[in-house]
Amino acid sequence: MSEKKSGAQIVWESLMLEGVKVVFGLPGGATLPIYDALAKYNYPIHHVLVTHEQGAGHMADGFGRATGQVGVCMATSGPGATNLTTALATAYMDSSPVVAITGQVPTSLLGRDGFQEADVHGVSMPITKHNYLVTDIRELAQVLKEAFFIARTGRPGPVLVDICKDVQQAEIEFEYPETVNLPGYHPVLSAADPAALARAAWLLNHAERPLILAGHGVLIARAETELRHLAEKINTPVATSLLGISAFPQTHPLYIGWGGMHGEAYTNFALQECDVMLVVGARLDDRLTGAFSSFAPKAKIIHLDLDPAEVGKNLVIDTPLVGDALLTLQALLPLVEPKEHPAWLAQIAEWKADTDQRDLLAQESDELVPPFIMRELWYHTNEGDCIVVSDVGQHQMWEAQYFIHTKPRSLITSGGLGTMGFALPAAIGAQIGRPNELVWVVAGDGGFQMTMGELSTVKKENLPIKIAIINNGYLGMVRQWQDIFYNQRYAGTPLFNPNFVKLADAYGIPAVSVTRRDEVGAAIKQAHATPGPFLIDFQVEPLVNVYPMVAPGKSNADMIRRPLSVQAEE
Amino acid sequence: MKHTVIAWMEDKPGVLSRVAGLFRRRNFNIESLAVGHTETPGISRMTFVVDGDDRQVYQVSAQLFKLINVTAVKDVTHEPTVVRELALIKVHATSANRSEIIQLVDIYRAHIVDVSVESLIIQITGPEERIDSLINLLRGFGILEMVRTGRVAMVRGNGHSPQVQHNGVS
Repeated sequence: MSEKKSGAQIVWESLMLEGVKVVFGLPGGATLPIYDALAKYNYPIHHVLVTHEQGAGHMADGFGRATGQVGVCMATSGPGATNLTTALATAYMDSSPVVAITGQVPTSLLGRDGFQEADVHGVSMPITKHNYLVTDIRELAQVLKEAFFIARTGRPGPVLVDICKDVQQAEIEFEYPETVNLPGYHPVLSAADPAALARAAWLLNHAERPLILAGHGVLIARAETELRHLAEKINTPVATSLLGISAFPQTHPLYIGWGGMHGEAYTNFALQECDVMLVVGARLDDRLTGAFSSFAPKAKIIHLDLDPAEVGKNLVIDTPLVGDALLTLQALLPLVEPKEHPAWLAQIAEWKADTDQRDLLAQESDELVPPFIMRELWYHTNEGDCIVVSDVGQHQMWEAQYFIHTKPRSLITSGGLGTMGFALPAAIGAQIGRPNELVWVVAGDGGFQMTMGELSTVKKENLPIKIAIINNGYLGMVRQWQDIFYNQRYAGTPLFNPNFVKLADAYGIPAVSVTRRDEVGAAIKQAHATPGPFLIDFQVEPLVNVYPMVAPGKSNADMIRRPLSVQAEE
Repeated sequence: MKHTVIAWMEDKPGVLSRVAGLFRRRNFNIESLAVGHTETPGISRMTFVVDGDDRQVYQVSAQLFKLINVTAVKDVTHEPTVVRELALIKVHATSANRSEIIQLVDIYRAHIVDVSVESLIIQITGPEERIDSLINLLRGFGILEMVRTGRVAMVRGNGHSPQVQHNGVS
């Protein structure tokens, strides 16, 4: 008979048995027993104290995306837990494995609207893969086991476990279950149905203008090699979604960019003109497709996804392939025949030549524009040997356009929810998860200020994170829409910014400000040469827009193209 | 087109909230919904009617199946099924027209389950169309109160529907 343990002890011991080494959190009244057990029993789990629970959630998310393991965050009841919700919704949209543990008022006070009570089980229901409210200590270990199992298997996602305070204090003989009992949860662990695979192969073998569209699912399934083998065997160009960036080497001759609202024109032309499209692990959301009815009008679409609910959700699919990306691509490879598509590839090359002529970096200019910084950042990181964690907005699009990603999982960004403030805390999680990697934050001045309190976490943990603020004095992407669609009425978009160098200095973080092109390389080198964190405030041209751009609700064929020069649009 | 879909789910706290929340959030057009116990302890069975084309109904079913507590989903629209609904109708009845109402009740094989001086409660079980039809005829007498359970359905024949599916929706 094993000895009795408190619910609080069971939480930590379960985490240890799940292999958790780090937890991001902030304590409060309803998690005091859990935190006390950490101090009392000295469990070998590192607790990273955050300044705001949203940061803890993004850190767990960043950790999960960078490592593929479950990131864990912790918050108290009421406001602590509701502060987590933005991060949970972010992780859910981008299929990131997270377990969130929240304290709840004692069971005797549930539903009485007592101090710091919020219906966290109800609030988090639509923004988690699954969630639990634990009111009985006999369920606690089983629930934690299931939470980790659900978060990491199948299509990953966040799972929240809300634990009443009296459950944390109650005692029971602890035995961690070896199995889960989830009769309604059967993550797909196999290749797609053979008949559907045969149909997919037939379509690819008879295609004249085939195209592969790779999404985040390729990276989650770690199917990059299988994807490359398939593309090379059938000589088929590969485009990606935003979150699919780095699923296929961006220097590969078959790589044709990422598509959608701010994808390169040649990429969108290819997506529109292909006759067979193999989509692998992408949700086909509106930012990628433009108006659903106008997307890839000539294509028969083969949609490979682990999640049957994604297939056919937004588009009419010719051939659904429900299965694991890695196993399905392995099964598909012997079914396809080696092919050449000279006319098709020449057509794409022609479109690309036109795109290249409009490259912002091909223009004669001394102005400090973000694309220049992104390309320099790529160059000075040994050609992209780092993880970039970008925030949301114009800089995010420029990073995606001008940084060249060749290493899988080298870009972490909030694609689905588009959460400003994501980058800094997510980078903290990524850096802790992969301590030997160089981690660069690329954030706008608006988004950075949403979570910049976590600079204290960076400093306290002495993390060597390098931070690039792309400072244009505006909520730039919103300003761009106001510029294009609202007659240049810049309502609410000009920012009042602190002096970011002094701000970093206040946290003990070295920083420099950059205003000219010829200072960029030196500043990046200085960041790399400085041990620990470093911040660069890039004060860029304020009124530059991101092009190409597909207006919302329009067809991807209908792009506002990149103008011939930056000056031309001012 | 209207589809009849059956979903089996674990009888866990919050499961109805999850299902209702899913219907609301995804803007699915649910016309009726009925839940109850099954032959298996711990498993509940929900029958719902959804209006949409095959692709929309597949999407509803797939999203439902994705809920961790939902163990199986089956669209039985194109299968031979027994489909029933129950309604209780309190109708204004006077001594002058009571026998006319009773005649209607007999024709529809419904039952009178409560009688008072100025009203009757009629219980009718059957497919919705038959219930609709009786309600139409009773309107003239004055319907005081009415409740309908929503459709429940079961596939005919020897086989039984699996309560746990492993691969997608059927």
